[in-house]
Amino acid sequence: MSLLIRNARVLDPASGTDAVMDVCVENGEIHSMGENINGFPGAEVIDASQQWLIPGAVDLGSWLREPGLDHKATLATETSAAAASGVTTLCYQPEPGASVDNSAQVNLIQDLSDAQGRANVQVIGNITHQLAGETLSNMGGLKRAGCVAVTNGWQPYADLDVMRKAMEYATTHDLTVFVYPLEHALANKGFMHEGAVSTRLGLPGIPAAAETVAVAQTLSLMELTGTRVHFCRLSAAGSVRLLRQAKQSGLAVSADVAAHQLFLTETDLMDYNPLCHVRPPLRAESDRVALLEGLADGTIDAICSDHQPHETDAKLAPFQQTEPGIAGLETLLPLTMRLVEDGTLSGLEALNKITFQPARIIGSEAGRITQNAQADLVLFDPDALWTFTLETMRSQGKNSPFENWAFQGSVSHTFLAGQPVYSAT
Amino acid sequence: MHPHFKPGPLPLSMQLTPEGKLKHFLSTEGLPHLLLHDIMDRAEQFVTLPAKQQKKAPFLRGKTVMNLFFENSTRTRVTFEIAAQRLGADVTNLDIRTSSATKGETLLDTVRNLEAMNADMFVVRHEHAGTAQFIARYCAPHISVLNAGDGRHAHPTQAMLDMFTIRQKKGDFAPLKVAIVGDILHSRVARSQIHALTSLGTGEVRVIAPKTLVPAGLDKMGVNIFNNLDEGLKDLDVVIALRQQRERMDSALLPSEQEFFKLYGLTDKRLEATKPDAIVMHPGPINRGVEIDSRVADGSRSVIMEQVTNGIAVRMAVMSMIMGSMAGGAA
Repeated sequence: MSLLIRNARVLDPASGTDAVMDVCVENGEIHSMGENINGFPGAEVIDASQQWLIPGAVDLGSWLREPGLDHKATLATETSAAAASGVTTLCYQPEPGASVDNSAQVNLIQDLSDAQGRANVQVIGNITHQLAGETLSNMGGLKRAGCVAVTNGWQPYADLDVMRKAMEYATTHDLTVFVYPLEHALANKGFMHEGAVSTRLGLPGIPAAAETVAVAQTLSLMELTGTRVHFCRLSAAGSVRLLRQAKQSGLAVSADVAAHQLFLTETDLMDYNPLCHVRPPLRAESDRVALLEGLADGTIDAICSDHQPHETDAKLAPFQQTEPGIAGLETLLPLTMRLVEDGTLSGLEALNKITFQPARIIGSEAGRITQNAQADLVLFDPDALWTFTLETMRSQGKNSPFENWAFQGSVSHTFLAGQPVYSAT
Repeated sequence: MHPHFKPGPLPLSMQLTPEGKLKHFLSTEGLPHLLLHDIMDRAEQFVTLPAKQQKKAPFLRGKTVMNLFFENSTRTRVTFEIAAQRLGADVTNLDIRTSSATKGETLLDTVRNLEAMNADMFVVRHEHAGTAQFIARYCAPHISVLNAGDGRHAHPTQAMLDMFTIRQKKGDFAPLKVAIVGDILHSRVARSQIHALTSLGTGEVRVIAPKTLVPAGLDKMGVNIFNNLDEGLKDLDVVIALRQQRERMDSALLPSEQEFFKLYGLTDKRLEATKPDAIVMHPGPINRGVEIDSRVADGSRSVIMEQVTNGIAVRMAVMSMIMGSMAGGAA
């Protein structure tokens, strides 16, 4: 199928392009772009005047649940939620109950998502067997099957020596290690940020040091092993500081933050709202400000959804009995664009954090609009005003704290390899 | 799915009806000081009633009160039971730990079943913070919830019986210096006392404990923190000792009972730093020789037994006010 998108304002952070032009798509790739392009005969023509054409977003962390935890979500439901939200590449996050130990599991996930054809699903593999933190997974096989990184998720390593060896073995196979920084002993079975609010609510707290200690340890192990590490879901000001120093000293390190962490803080838990129960916990306002500064100065490379869909019962209980996580896929792009409204980032900088940068971190060619690139594209109406509601969520999990938030700008079309996978009309 | 079952915030404001009357009693936080005084005034009436009449104040006649104790506590449960019976209610005790919860039933399912048995009031104790608020948010609208202790969060009737005891002994709260001594970190009683004392305009509220037992950001609750007992006791009118749980000694929070008693135990000698007429309180059950010396517990400053008696009056007061507001009348 051929496609000719006319008069779109093309925003491509990778090249710094911000100009009105036509884009011609042929055979799933961007064939040509410029002013007054002639499309192929029979091409579908879309007049995109007043609209932005942006790369489809690349999400570094989606807990897609299937196979294993299908009662929470399936690849079918979540990839169609992604398509409607302008996300064209999802990184499958392994977890206990839905972990990725061998190439057969990688192939199964890819087959199931390819059958839907709604989004590219890239698989992050287990770094230890069953994520138990004790023995190594078959990382060589995982790499050959197409895993873009390996991780132990939020599961602890038995000890730092296992972590060291896992990092060395991952490096042997040129795999980036996704580290969720948490010193479990210091987290002390807590449920929220340790501070005045946790004290008031009587909820056991997780100090910011539970994260910063783990960041510092990991940075030391990076120096020892030469591993490429990506830190997932930073939440604490101290972590941003450590990372900034590490980058200045030339370590091959990158980091992301969950979009909700940039807008919510511990005070959003004042009424025990289980929809704000997340890991890492929502922290103090000073942490939120430090995360924004880290984004602006490039210390934090990417913003991700940390999408964790849940069944209703997982959130319908006293706070300590609820499961952590926000179904964040459908608010990734809206919240990121709100950073532009707030003046935190420019439009290109904001898009960079959810397209080119995350693609670079997983070694993917996605997330850019350039000749011969795969045509994973989003048409975005920057003027549309809309309100987010749980009833209209496409994800199987309706667990979002952003109900009734008003957003400016919405996705009108999503294309995956040139094929329309979502259209608002 | 019925919107009633949608997960979401559990606002404390649901304690009050739109008219400002007590609908649930979940926390002392955020309640107007006049309402706290109303509770104490009502308790005063129950205390001063002649013994015979005290046992026949049928505010709750025809009502069913269910004690839902997910955590063991014979003593607290019994005081609620007596209070409800004196008000003429039918009382049912459910020890949930040994029944449905262990069979995998969700908390909401348990609540639904008890609603179907025509409950009017749930008295709830649970090991997790916010459970009473959760039940109040999701139970049928005609039911009231009384929090009998949720995790480290709140134990509002205990705090109110303590306030009532202080008011009986000292009158106005404004000139008072009050200190809470011991394990603040794990104590729902301390949190409820702090909210009540600050709402009632207490001159100074202190907490006295080692750093391991002082939770983060406690100063934001309007208290002065002392790590040294002798400094903290100076010029006090009221000293409240907390029960020191034995299991804290097994973790890294405290070295030993002996050291705790030596540094933070209340003795006659150390209480000399307080005002001569200072009173000593304890929510019970006491650990003699850990947080309090026997001579103090049984001595002239101690009001511990009065607290126990007042506990029933305060619980009767709260229950009758809640049911009164439900009927739209008496309270």
